[in-house]
Amino acid sequence: MDDKVVSRLTEICGADDVITDPQQLRTYECDGLTAHRCSPGLVVLPRSAEQIAAVVAECAARQVPFVARGSGTGLSGGALPRADGVLIVTAKMRRILAIDPASRRAVVEPGVTNLAVSKAAEPYGLFYAPDPSSQIVCSVGGNVAENSGGAHCLKHGFTTHHVTGLQIVTPQGELTWLGDGTGAAPGYDLVGAFTGSEGTLGIVTKIVVKLTPIPETVTTLLAAFTSMGAGGAAVSAIIGSGIVPGAIEMMDALAIEAAEAAVACRYPEGAGAVLIVELDGAEADVARETAAVREICEAEGAYEIRAARDAAERAAIWTGRKSAFAAVGRISPAYIVQDGVVPRTALPKVLDRISELSAQTGIRVANVFHAGDGNLHPLVLFDDKAAGEQEAAEELSGAILDLCIEHGGSITGEHGVGADKSRYMPKMFGADDLDTMQLLRCAFDPAGLCNPGKVFPTPRLCGEVPGVRHAPHPLVASGVIDQF
Amino acid sequence: MTPPDSRTTARAVPAELASACTQVALASQADAIAGRAARYLAAPASTAEAAAVLKAAADLALTVVPRGTRSRLDWGRPPSACDLIVDTSRLNSVLEHAAGDLVVSVQAGVQLADLAEVLAKAGQRLALDPPAGGTIGGVVATNAAGPLRFRYGAPRDLLIGITIVRADGTVARSGGKVVKNVAGYDLGKLFAGSYGTLGLITEATFRLHPKPAAAATLTLDCPDPQSAQAAAQAMASSPLAPSAIELDWPSAAAPLTVSVLLEGSQDSVTDRTGRMRALLEDQATARDTVSRGNAPTDSGTVLRVAFWPGQLASVLDVIRMTGADEGLDPAIGGSAAAGVLHVRLGAAAPAANVARFVDALRVGLGSPAEGADDAVRLLPSPASALVLEAPPNVRAAVDVWGPVPGLALMHAVKDQFDPEHRMSPGRFAGGI
Repeated sequence: MDDKVVSRLTEICGADDVITDPQQLRTYECDGLTAHRCSPGLVVLPRSAEQIAAVVAECAARQVPFVARGSGTGLSGGALPRADGVLIVTAKMRRILAIDPASRRAVVEPGVTNLAVSKAAEPYGLFYAPDPSSQIVCSVGGNVAENSGGAHCLKHGFTTHHVTGLQIVTPQGELTWLGDGTGAAPGYDLVGAFTGSEGTLGIVTKIVVKLTPIPETVTTLLAAFTSMGAGGAAVSAIIGSGIVPGAIEMMDALAIEAAEAAVACRYPEGAGAVLIVELDGAEADVARETAAVREICEAEGAYEIRAARDAAERAAIWTGRKSAFAAVGRISPAYIVQDGVVPRTALPKVLDRISELSAQTGIRVANVFHAGDGNLHPLVLFDDKAAGEQEAAEELSGAILDLCIEHGGSITGEHGVGADKSRYMPKMFGADDLDTMQLLRCAFDPAGLCNPGKVFPTPRLCGEVPGVRHAPHPLVASGVIDQF
Repeated sequence: MTPPDSRTTARAVPAELASACTQVALASQADAIAGRAARYLAAPASTAEAAAVLKAAADLALTVVPRGTRSRLDWGRPPSACDLIVDTSRLNSVLEHAAGDLVVSVQAGVQLADLAEVLAKAGQRLALDPPAGGTIGGVVATNAAGPLRFRYGAPRDLLIGITIVRADGTVARSGGKVVKNVAGYDLGKLFAGSYGTLGLITEATFRLHPKPAAAATLTLDCPDPQSAQAAAQAMASSPLAPSAIELDWPSAAAPLTVSVLLEGSQDSVTDRTGRMRALLEDQATARDTVSRGNAPTDSGTVLRVAFWPGQLASVLDVIRMTGADEGLDPAIGGSAAAGVLHVRLGAAAPAANVARFVDALRVGLGSPAEGADDAVRLLPSPASALVLEAPPNVRAAVDVWGPVPGLALMHAVKDQFDPEHRMSPGRFAGGI
C-alpha cells in the first residue's frame, strides 16, 4: 500500500484505528466464506460517517479500490478484501442513534448488530423484523448490503421491506441521504436499489429502519415425518390453506443427525424429516391456525407433533435448526453451505433430484431449508484431506444451483452473489440483463473502485456518458415548429 | 404527378416505426398528455414488439411516453416532448399464475381489476388497491398504493421480477419468479415509481396473498389531530394486524375520522373487531367499507404528503394552518399510520394561492414540531409534498416535485439508462 495513502488515512482515522501490521491484516482476510481469502492492503476502522467519507474520497483521488465490511459474517465473500485496496470496517460505528416509537422507526449506525436493534426496541413493544441466523453478531450495515432475510421473512419480509432511509458515502466520497425515512420519498427509489447491492454502490453510514409490533402470541410446532416427501406435502397444504406462518423450516435425516450430535436437540427418533412451523399474531388467530396446522401435518402422516408452550421450549425446538450449519462439522471434516431457491411447488422434485445426485456421486448432502419460501440450504459434505473430494463437492454444489435455475428459481436467496457466485450470474441472467444492471453501477461508481470484482462476472466499462444528443429543440418542445 | 403536400408527409407514420409494430397510427388531439400533443401511437403486443418499437424510436430520435389506461398519466410534470406514445393496451395477458407458489406474472397492460378477477378464482389477491385502478405498468411506474399500503406496502414491495425495454430497445430482466431472491441488482425497485423516465415496463411478476374471507371496518370520530394520531397509533401498535388505517377529514369544519380495516377468516375478523372496539374504548362504529379519504374528483389539485407516522398530528395542523393562510380548505385523507396522506383542493382554488400553499406546506413539513422525537431530526428533510394532479394553470405555477433527496444520483441513473433523455422527458424530479 502506497505510504502516502497510509499516512493520509492515518491522519483521518487516527493511528489506533488503522491496521498495517501484516499479521493483524490477516485476521481480515476472509468473511464467513473462508474458501476465499485475501489479505487486505490496509484496514481502517472509522468512527464516524465523516471519516468514512474522507477515507473514500482519498481512495477515489488515488484510484485505490476499497471494500466495506461489517461483522464479516457474510457467506458469499462479499467482504473479501483486495490486496491492493483498503478494507473499511464499520465495527466501531455501533450507536443506536434514536428510537422513535410513535413512528415505529429507529436510526442506527452500520456497525450495530441486528439483534441490538430489537433489544433497544423491546421496551416499546417493537422489534426489528429481519432475523438472519447470525443476528447476534451480524451488522445492520451488512444486512442492508446483502438484503438479508432470515427464517421469519416468509411473513415479515426482507431487509428491503424494512429500510426507509439511508445515509451513504458515494464512491466519490460524498455524504448523501437516499430516501427520507418515510418510505415514500419522491424520486427514484434509490433506497430500494441500494439495498442488496452488496457493497458495490457505496458505503452506508446511517440507516432508518421500520420497527414492527411484537406479536402477541407465538406458537412453535415441531412435526416429525418418516420422509421428506410427506413433510413437503404438509408444507404445500399449509400454504394452500391460506395460513401465512411466521416461519416454516425443514430438516432432513442427515441434518437432524448432525444437530443431534452437536447440540442434542432431541428431535423425535427415526424422523426422515422434521418441520418447524411458527405461527405468530393475535392470540385467537394463533390458536386456530395451530390447530389447523396440526391437523394438516397429521393428515400428511406426521407421527409426532410437539408444541412449545413457553420461550424455553421454543428455544429448544429452534436449537437444532439454528445450529444445523455448524453441527454438520460433527459428521464431516468439511462442507459447503449452498443457498439456492426454487418455487415452493418444485421442492419435492428438486429434493428428489438432489438425493439422486448424492447417490450417484457418493457425496452426502444434508438438507436444511426455509421450506415456506423454497429457499434451500443443502450442505455438501466432503473430506478436504482426500484427493479430489473438494472438487467433486464443488461440482455437486454447482449442479444444485443449475437445478434451481432449471426450475425457475434463483442462485441465491439470502447469502448474496459476492465473490463466490458471480460466475453463475450468466446462467441466471442474459448478457443484456447483466449489462443493464451494471448501468446502475456506472451511475454510482463509474471508476469501479467500490468493492470491485463482486456480483458481476465481468465489469462494464462505464465510459463517458454520451451528451444529450436528441434533447428536443425548445421550439419543438413548445410546439412552435415541427421537426419532420 | 404532384409532389406530396409537405404537411401530409410530415404527418405520415415513419416507415421504420410502421415496420416495427403491427399497430401504429398517427396520434390524435385526444392523445395529448397534459396538453402536450403527441405525433404517433404504437401498441405493441409483446416485449419483442415493444423492443422493436423503442429501437425504431431510437433510430428516429423520437421522444417516447408509455401509456396505460391514463389514470395517472398526468402525474408529475407534463412531458417536455412526446413524439411517440407507446400504448400498453395490447400487452394484456396474464402470463402465468402459479397459485401454489402465490406468484403471478403479467404483461404491463393488464388491468388491476381484470387481474383481481383471475386471482380471486384461486382465492388469492395482489394486495394493491390504488384508488384509480389502472394497468399493472402504470401502477408500478407510479408506485401507486391505496389503504392496503399499511400492511402490504406499495408495488415496490410486492414486485419480485420485472422485464423492461430500455430507450435503445434493449430488453432486460431483473429479479425472477421466486419471492426470496438476492441475485443481482433489484431493478424493479428502480422502475417502481420511475414515471416512465427510465424505460418501458413490459412484464411484471408479483408476490400474492390469500384473499381474506371476511373484512370489517371500524371508524372513530376524532375531535382533533392529536386524538387522530393517538387513535392511528393505538391501531398500528396493536397486535390485531390491521390491513389498513385510513384518515378522512373532508374540510376544516367536517368531522375528522380514523378507520381501521381488519381482514381474515370470519372467526378471526369477529374476534379482532371485538378486541379493536375495546381497544378504542367502545367509541368506534362499524362501517361497511374502509374510507379511502377521497373527495369526489373535480379536476382539482391533489398532493401526496409523506411523513413519519409519529408526526401525524403536526402534519395535519400544518396542512390546516397553511391552507387557512391562503383561504383554502383542503380535503385530507389517506394512510395515516403509513405516513401518506392525500391533500385535495377544488378546481376553483386560485393558482397563485395553491402555489403559495404548496411552498409554505413544504417549509412547514420540513421542520418537525417542537418536542418531536430525536430520530426524525437526524434526517435533513423527513417529509415531502408532491403534486400529483393539478389543473394546467396550477401546474404552471407550482414546483410539482419540490426538494428530492439524492437528486444528483438520480440524474446519474437517468443518464445511464436513457442517455439521450428521450423517455418521458421532463416528467420527473429535477427536470429528469
